[in-house]
Amino acid sequence: MKALYSLFLVFALVLIALLGAGAAGWQYAFGVVIPYVAAVVFVVGFCLRVVKWARSPVPFRIPTTCGQQKSLPWIPQAKIENPSSTGGVIVRMLLEILFFRSLFRNTKVEMYDGPKVRYTSSKWLWLGGLAFHYAFLVVFLRHMRLFTEPIPWPIGMLETLDTILQIGAPTLYMSDLVLVAAASYLFLRRVVVPQIRFISQAADYFPLFLILAIALSGISMRYFTKVSIIDVKVLTMGLVTFHPVIPDGIGPIFFVHLFLVSVLLVYFPLSKLMHMGGVFMSPTRNLANTNRAVRHVNPWKFENVHYHTYDEYEDEFREKMIEADLPVDKEGPESAEEGASNV
Amino acid sequence: MSNLPRPDDLAKRVHYEPPSKDWMDLPTDIKPGRYCYASNPASVEYVGLPNARPWNPLEEDWKLPENWQEIILNGMRERLDKYRTFKVFMDICVRCGACADKCHYFIGSGDPRNMPVLRAELLRSVYRGEFTKAGKILGRFAGARKLTLDVLKEWWYYFFQCSECRRCSVFCPYGIDTAEITILGRELLNLVGLNIDWIATPVANCYRTGNHLGIQPHAFKDMLEFFCDDIEEITGIRPEPSFNKKGVDILFVTPSGDVFADPGTYTCMGYLMLFEYLKREYGLEVTWSTYASEGGNFGFFTSHETMKRLNSKMYMEAERLGAKWILGGECGHMWRVINQYMDTLNGPDFQKGHMITPYNPITGTTFHNAASTKMVHIAEFTADLIKHGKLNLDKSRNSNICLTWHDSCNPARGMGLLEEPRYVARAVVDKFYDMPENTIREQTFCCGGGAGLNAGENDELRMMGGLPRANAVRYVHEKHGVNMLGCVCAIDRAVFPPLMEYWCPEVQVCGLHELVANALVFPGESERETDLRGEPLPGKEDE
Repeated sequence: MKALYSLFLVFALVLIALLGAGAAGWQYAFGVVIPYVAAVVFVVGFCLRVVKWARSPVPFRIPTTCGQQKSLPWIPQAKIENPSSTGGVIVRMLLEILFFRSLFRNTKVEMYDGPKVRYTSSKWLWLGGLAFHYAFLVVFLRHMRLFTEPIPWPIGMLETLDTILQIGAPTLYMSDLVLVAAASYLFLRRVVVPQIRFISQAADYFPLFLILAIALSGISMRYFTKVSIIDVKVLTMGLVTFHPVIPDGIGPIFFVHLFLVSVLLVYFPLSKLMHMGGVFMSPTRNLANTNRAVRHVNPWKFENVHYHTYDEYEDEFREKMIEADLPVDKEGPESAEEGASNV
Repeated sequence: MSNLPRPDDLAKRVHYEPPSKDWMDLPTDIKPGRYCYASNPASVEYVGLPNARPWNPLEEDWKLPENWQEIILNGMRERLDKYRTFKVFMDICVRCGACADKCHYFIGSGDPRNMPVLRAELLRSVYRGEFTKAGKILGRFAGARKLTLDVLKEWWYYFFQCSECRRCSVFCPYGIDTAEITILGRELLNLVGLNIDWIATPVANCYRTGNHLGIQPHAFKDMLEFFCDDIEEITGIRPEPSFNKKGVDILFVTPSGDVFADPGTYTCMGYLMLFEYLKREYGLEVTWSTYASEGGNFGFFTSHETMKRLNSKMYMEAERLGAKWILGGECGHMWRVINQYMDTLNGPDFQKGHMITPYNPITGTTFHNAASTKMVHIAEFTADLIKHGKLNLDKSRNSNICLTWHDSCNPARGMGLLEEPRYVARAVVDKFYDMPENTIREQTFCCGGGAGLNAGENDELRMMGGLPRANAVRYVHEKHGVNMLGCVCAIDRAVFPPLMEYWCPEVQVCGLHELVANALVFPGESERETDLRGEPLPGKEDE
């Protein structure tokens, strides 16, 4: 149901773009105004969100240690999984961000023969997630050729690599294929695996459908409906040089693509997609385990609280302590306060 | 274990397929056997926590303060400003489901709200509904809901079904730590007086007497001297521990569970024997404190503030006695608190500067990794002694033991104490087999009773939560003949015996220093006939 709602929502967005930029002819609004607004919302929203997180302190050092601590010199430390230096933390974070290290560890649980439990390696989510994110990155970087003049050579290189199989004409981008396949996998997984369906929300389906729709509209333009790439480049270069122009004859499908991207940009800072920024901020991963070696200061103070001091303790138990030959700080007849409390 | 079903029947109830209904529409059914009794008002009052009154989770009326919603929402707002973890973990979960089948309570119960992602979502949904614009406008479509009484009850039920072991965090691509979320969730519940008694009363007892059972100083001393009697009987050597003694270099703090309940008591006898050995052979003295007689910090299961108040005693006592550094016994949460919180909480206020970086004069080792807290784990300490050949050990006394090692959650995932205990164990036991790799080290499973859940009334929950651990033990029991489960946690030592009795009855439970003490040869000791448990040593059975 949640998936259907999200699907309809994306259809509605497509329809809005088709009607707005196509039928109503508001091409300036869909080609210039909305993309500008979306870009501003994205950049400002993203920054605000990160600043909002950063304004809350990290009072305690709580790294999840996934290996041997640094202790005695003859015990080999897991320098990356349980880092005690900034270098170790950086490598740990890089492994996490570039290779999804923690997901790589993933296991699947099975119950068999009554109460027996078995754990098997399960790397599909890791593979699907990695494929999705890298394909997305490549597609994003490839699009930079529309926003640059001359096109920097790394972008050209990337494009060459992406089309290296030379299938069809125009040659097939492998990243397109991977992106659609991976996003479909991530969607199917949410629908097919009962546990994942149970925890999934509209907010999980919607971005997947949105990204799929963006990818499909892009693919459609390149391979099927065809748009004038020269005109598209005029428009995109106009946008980045702040001299926006709308060339004639860009098909409505382009405006659908651009509108969906704009929606994604606006939606981004409001949603779980912010994991892109948050992954860097997670105190369980980005802190070194030097907790006992170095003092880590809490920037705020606890409210005034009472501590149960030794003096209070001895006052309550002095007689019994003396009787039991336990040393006391204050010898003498002052009697313990009986029954100060009984818990 | 009153109404507990037989193991096979319990296992048959476990289905990993969740219901087809949306989780927000599933009512919370508080089941006997899966929840702990409500806190005793006297305990709540003693430590000055809010809303002390008798109440019963099974009754409709939980006797909350009238403005309970306001209290909770203000509490959330305050904590969002104080803890980046809270804010970030509320915002960035993508519900990928990697954590879903990692929780021992989910594996053992199949209750979908025990999937860490959903347990956190219980709180996140309210965060969205009350604190984010999108959630306020879109409501349920954005996964948001309002804070109602039913939601509050659901929080209470499920936040006290999390043992805060952090296993899920290991697999999360963003390191989202459900323990951190339930810690903060429990803090919020405490603001309106919703604690459980197995936490609240130990907290009050620890605060007053220093230990969780409320044993007073003279009785505490008696208990240890009683162990000395036993040791004398078994070895002919009588330890003479010192208590609250000023001017001794090392203060020893251990969980009081070791002093009061088998098989922790044998571990405690192990500490006593090790210290006696070091005193006789090398002149190194260690003192016990009756005031700081609890390492296990039950305050940690209540609020950061209560944790701080209980933890403060260790430094205050070291300061008063003039100890140079503190040696810590085998305990789980105690070490999580010491490693991750202690120095930040109480270092600046109560560690006044006379303490030194821990240094063992016998081996010449300086524990640089504890330079700031001034606190060393006894497994590190003993491993160092053994490495330098300072202990005379006779492994053969443990030759009837086939050991496997339980990495206690908190030292493993909060600290990385993995090799030290294994090194010690291998030095004193010949037959050692690790459990399968998906169940040890950072992937270790909780005993099922951590974070204050080791009560009697929630036995079903504990047996379910302990199933993954017990299952792995049974695997090595069947494959290698393992008959002993070793660990460095007092809660483990309390929880495992009934758990093993239930799922894997042939396996016993011990702490590390029980094994050390069995193997430790004192000069001039009488020939031992039995181990510390009074069972015949290998080769002595027939005599």
